[in-house]
Amino acid sequence: MKKRWYDYLWIATLAYLILGFVNILFAWLGLLCFLIPIVISIVKGNKAYCNKYCGRGQMFNLIGGRFGLSRKKDIPKWMKSKWFQYGFLIFFFAMFFQMLWVTYLVFSGARELKQIVTLIWTFKVPWEWAYYGDFLHSGVSQFAFGFYSVMLTATILGLITMILFKPRSWCVYCPMGTMTHTICKIKNRNK
Amino acid sequence: MKNKAYVNKHDCVACGSCVRVCPMSAIVVDGIAANINCEKCVGCGRCAKECPASVIQLKEG
Repeated sequence: MKKRWYDYLWIATLAYLILGFVNILFAWLGLLCFLIPIVISIVKGNKAYCNKYCGRGQMFNLIGGRFGLSRKKDIPKWMKSKWFQYGFLIFFFAMFFQMLWVTYLVFSGARELKQIVTLIWTFKVPWEWAYYGDFLHSGVSQFAFGFYSVMLTATILGLITMILFKPRSWCVYCPMGTMTHTICKIKNRNK
Repeated sequence: MKNKAYVNKHDCVACGSCVRVCPMSAIVVDGIAANINCEKCVGCGRCAKECPASVIQLKEG
C-alpha cells in the first residue's frame, strides 16, 4: 500500500514522549491529540483521526505488528463491552478534571508546584530533570506535569494491552475513541 | 462458495488496522466503521486476525 504523509505520524507521538523527558513544557503539545479528533468528529462526523492520523495507534501497530511484540490474542469480552468503554471514559475524565483542579489550585497559589509525573493514577515519579523553572507561571508547568502523566499513562496501558492482546487493543477502550464515536453517532443520527 | 469478510459495524472502533493489512485494498473506513468491498474481498482473513475488537468474521458469501 502506498504510504502517505500521515502514515508517519507515529514519529510525532514518539517524539512527544521523548520530549517529555527533555522539557516538561512540551507536554502542552499533547492537547492536539485531544482537540483534533474532537474537531474532526464534530465538523466531519467521522473517526478519520483514529484510522488516519492517530500516531499512538500507528506506534502500537508498528511495535506490536511489525516488531511482533504482541501475543495477538483476542481481548476479553468484557473489555469490548460498552460498559467498560464508557466506564473507562468516565473514569479517565474524572481523573482529567482532578488534574485540572490541581492545576487551578497551583494557579491560584493555594498549592505548590510538584515536579512529579503520576503513572497509572498511582505511582508518583520524580521528574525534576525535565523542569527548568517556571514559564509565565508555575501553573503552566503544573498542567504540563499533569497532562504528561495522562499521556504516559495512556501509553503504558496501551503497551500492556498491546503485548497481552492485539497491537491496537488500546483503540477498543481509548477514551478519545469512545468520545468521538459518541459525537459521530449524535451528529449522524438523522442520516 | 467462497468466504468473505463481514464487519459488525455496531462494534467497530474504526481504528483502521484491517485497512493496513488487506492485500486487496478492499477495505475503507468511512464514517465510524470499516466497509469491506465484497467484490474485491478474497476471504484471506487477515483483517479478521488483525481486528482488535474482533468485529470481522468470515462468512460464506
